[in-house]
Amino acid sequence: MPAAVKQILERPWIWVYIAAIAVWGATMVFTQGQGGGDLLTAALAFATFSVIVALGQMMVITLGPGNVDLSIPATMTLAGTVATKVMDTQDSMILVGFLLALAVGLGVGLFNYGLIRLLQIPPIIATLSSSFLFQSAAIWYNRGLRIKPPPQLADIATRDVLGLPLLAAAVILLAVIVHVVLHRTTYGRAVTAVGQNTRAAALAGINVDRVRFQTYVFCAVLAAVNGFFFSAFSGGAALNMGQAYLLNSIAVVVIGGTSVAGGFANVPGLWAAAMFLFLVEAMLNTFGLGAGIRLVLTGLIIVGVIIAAGGQKTER
Amino acid sequence: MSEGAPSTTLLGRGYAWSTSPRVLRSLLPAFSLAVILIAIFYLQPRAMSPIGMKLLFNLAVPIALATIAQMFVLAVNDLDLSIGAYVGFVVAVGSTMLSGGLAGLPLLEGLIPDPAPWIFTTPLAGIVVLAAAIGVYALLGAVIQLRNLPSIVVTLGMSFIWAGLAVLVLPTPGGSAPTWLRGLMTLQVPIVPFPIVALIVIGLVVHLLLMRSAYGAVIRGSGGNPRSVARAGWSLVRVKMAAFGLAGLFGVLSGLALLGLTTAGDANIAVRYTLLSIAGAILGGSEFVGGRVSPIGAVIGAATLTLANSFLTFLRLNPDWQIGAQGAILIIVLALRVLISRGEVRN
Amino acid sequence: MHADTTTIVRLDGVEKHFGAVRALDGVDLNVDAGECVGLVGHNGAGKSTLMNVLAGTTSPGAGSIVIGGADLTGAYGVAAATRQGIRCVFQELSLCPNLTVAENARIMHPSFSGFGWRRRAGALIVGKLDEIFPGHGIEAGNMVGDLSIARRQMVEIARAFSVTDTPAALVILDEPTSSLDAHVANQLLDYVRRFIAGGGACILISHLLGEILQTATRIVVMRDGKVVARRPANEFNRTTLVSAMGSVVEERGEHTAAATSRRSSGEPRVRARPAAQTDKLELLAHQGEIVGLAGLEGHGQKEILIGILQARKRRSDMAYVEGATALVAGDRQNEGIFPLWSIARNIGIRSLKSLRTGALIDRTKEDDLAAEWRDKINIRTPDLNNGILSLSGGNQQKTLFARALASDAEIILMDDPMRGVDVGTKQEVYNLVRREADKGRTFIWYTTEMDELDHCDHVYVFRDSRIVADLARDELTEERVLHSSFEPEA
Repeated sequence: MPAAVKQILERPWIWVYIAAIAVWGATMVFTQGQGGGDLLTAALAFATFSVIVALGQMMVITLGPGNVDLSIPATMTLAGTVATKVMDTQDSMILVGFLLALAVGLGVGLFNYGLIRLLQIPPIIATLSSSFLFQSAAIWYNRGLRIKPPPQLADIATRDVLGLPLLAAAVILLAVIVHVVLHRTTYGRAVTAVGQNTRAAALAGINVDRVRFQTYVFCAVLAAVNGFFFSAFSGGAALNMGQAYLLNSIAVVVIGGTSVAGGFANVPGLWAAAMFLFLVEAMLNTFGLGAGIRLVLTGLIIVGVIIAAGGQKTER
Repeated sequence: MSEGAPSTTLLGRGYAWSTSPRVLRSLLPAFSLAVILIAIFYLQPRAMSPIGMKLLFNLAVPIALATIAQMFVLAVNDLDLSIGAYVGFVVAVGSTMLSGGLAGLPLLEGLIPDPAPWIFTTPLAGIVVLAAAIGVYALLGAVIQLRNLPSIVVTLGMSFIWAGLAVLVLPTPGGSAPTWLRGLMTLQVPIVPFPIVALIVIGLVVHLLLMRSAYGAVIRGSGGNPRSVARAGWSLVRVKMAAFGLAGLFGVLSGLALLGLTTAGDANIAVRYTLLSIAGAILGGSEFVGGRVSPIGAVIGAATLTLANSFLTFLRLNPDWQIGAQGAILIIVLALRVLISRGEVRN
Repeated sequence: MHADTTTIVRLDGVEKHFGAVRALDGVDLNVDAGECVGLVGHNGAGKSTLMNVLAGTTSPGAGSIVIGGADLTGAYGVAAATRQGIRCVFQELSLCPNLTVAENARIMHPSFSGFGWRRRAGALIVGKLDEIFPGHGIEAGNMVGDLSIARRQMVEIARAFSVTDTPAALVILDEPTSSLDAHVANQLLDYVRRFIAGGGACILISHLLGEILQTATRIVVMRDGKVVARRPANEFNRTTLVSAMGSVVEERGEHTAAATSRRSSGEPRVRARPAAQTDKLELLAHQGEIVGLAGLEGHGQKEILIGILQARKRRSDMAYVEGATALVAGDRQNEGIFPLWSIARNIGIRSLKSLRTGALIDRTKEDDLAAEWRDKINIRTPDLNNGILSLSGGNQQKTLFARALASDAEIILMDDPMRGVDVGTKQEVYNLVRREADKGRTFIWYTTEMDELDHCDHVYVFRDSRIVADLARDELTEERVLHSSFEPEA
């Protein structure tokens, strides 16, 4: 076997891509080749939103055991609601709306980290309790009314060029940037160092508090950005629009090959896992299986992957 | 660290017990319940009647049971993010198989001969399925211990499975609670409303089970110092299985209680129970690590959360802020605990 | 046969190796009913390992274990130890802080179950506390986490001596008085005497030689994994005991003779005082110096290292530091290595800022830095991109040295880094440290190995979280270090 092929096969994420392609193939066999391209485009479009939040969640999970952000859905809803209401369907306000969404993300991140640090509570509970507040703020701000996004923004969010959604292209670029940040910057190194061995990281001169702070803010900002674009994509911000992303973001990170014990993150795997999860659902839909079976299978995949990977840190 | 100074001298027997911050902290749940109850009576004096109390506390029973389930998992330093979906699954099974046997499953409609033979109508099917579910919980505890897995992610995955199974069992809201269950949940008790009696019984039984029994001490001890418990010859795998198995059992009880109140089933009925159970347990004085749990506190915490909901309604608070207010209550209680702990350190 | 009836434990030729380290190198030990064996020795002598073997938590590599006349070699473990009535009071407390005193007794005694177990367990433990520590002020219902450290230690001790269905035949006490005040410590030692008079047996480990001499009936001295002396306690005094612990003189002779103090004058780079220091002794380190921290393990050396390490980031009244600091961790697993990373990354983590080109880390610079230090410090690996766990312990330790020495730090702190490292590696590292010091770096070196102090220009001995001796190079002798480590000057 040529060395290059061997090297690629050694990457953990390659198997997720293979699995995604297999699922796509199975669907194609069933439909006798009908709509294969459309299915891929749809998978890319929906995977895009999973990947945006999963990038943030991945960084948080990489910080080590106990780190997980449960406020992603509420942050999405809040940012989406605030932005669409302020933009009020006017194209001229798109930039303002986007900046506002970023500001919401920043505020959420600050608040979350403040709770973690000041109340000394596990991140999971801090982000859980704060998510209640954000969710309420979103409801209160908009009373559940669904305002349409500005037409231009909706166009950007739903357009595709030769089957590649514009947004997907942008998020592929974003993923590349995060990949570089993870492997080639002091921040990225610090995150993986803290996740592997927090005490050793502190003793090697890393400012652990600052790294954690940056990571929670990063995750919240990405959730806000996702809320902004998802509400444009789906024709307006809905109060429950983030719900699916709570479990989805964690599932994508875990299936994508990031270590749940922390210290090892994997960006290419995120795309594979997001596509895989969407395609599994599409396949089961095509087979005419109900929501129940789809949920059970997704759950079995997640639990299976974790049990197979094990919680202990493994040699690479 | 400063505690370890060799100058520590012996004090008399009355070692700072009466004003210990720990006592203060353990009174916090009861105190918050009292505050909220008084506030409700002030806003809505009619709630003071037996019927009013019954309505106030009715929903607290299933929530308290789910909180107890969560507490067992907390006792061994884990967290269960699937309890809400699990309770939903129990409701689904309860409203179909437990009342009508396999024939009660919408999935099998038309496939079962009419008249259905005994084997298809016996509620035994429901009992077997629920027992198996408890077994799955125990198994999960074993796997988490043996493979050293993060319970958060495992139970997150399980929540998909329970939710999916619930939808399979009961695709659309419907079914019906077994009559004995409805009867139990609407039981008339003289003087004190039934839900309050039920809450007190739950609190006391679990207190005996976990805080007073000999094996309960081992379960909690393995949350406090697993190494030394293992060194004393106990199997940590068995301890985790026991804790998770008990969580599964109380999850079943929670689902059945909820079904008894609503009389019809809905697979998505208990989605919020995951968050409520964690919040209730924490409110009641349990901690995330270290095996510090309190069953009576958990019951009080669950009741406080349930009442907080009614209180916010009575307050005519903008309903938009009801969920947020729950988050705020949780944050305030946690902040109070930090303040008390700081006082503890200073002492 | 008759002799065996009073012999509780007999170990013959017990060995235990951890990698290159011979923690136990053929130890014979027997403990009879009615005696208290005092076990003394300096750091790394093998006391803790021997204790763990007796407790059943460590199984020996060779040798036989005979308990109560039955040969249990190979079948010995925690369960067997418990059955035979061998109890341990470990230095790190093994109580559950979230349980009451009575519940903690239950954890150790499975026989407490059924109705009324709390009352019975509480009565047992409080009864034992009354017996050992009259006036202890502990109640069965007290939460252990709420008790002071001293009281927790008392509960731990009482629990070890308490008897249910298994006897307490031999109780091993490892530094049992470390957090007790003098009055309570005496209560314990009195009890130990009564306990052995009643036919029990004890092994007592303590750094307070007075306690050993007063309490033990027989004293066993260990060094380098071997028993080097065993005699009735009344044949020892403080001086003979200390000299028995020391190594043979000629091993160190020439070093000591050639040594001269290198203490330079001028402004020190590091000035530090332990928080518990009451007199005006302080730690000074100048440019180009190697300063050693000695004393028994856990007596405040590590705290002062961390204080110096973080002095610039966090305002600390413990230390004043002029220059960047870096630490070489000795506890590799917990404080040193990043297990998922390559060797090169493990080296580069402390120097990331200087490895950047623009905002990004430059892989070539990173690899060059790693390659440079691999050669300087001789890390044996075919490829620096291999995982750190592919290295042997000694080479992992060299990687940690490389991490600190490759950094911009002028002050290198070493936290007993040579544990479990083979002799060849040690020698290489000693030479490197000396070369780097000659170039102007300052080293502060906490070590538990007496020989390593020979490489230091100046040594501070710690006891009870204080500096108790300040020895220049020409004043350094093993005996002085041992004397200062073990007991307050009379």
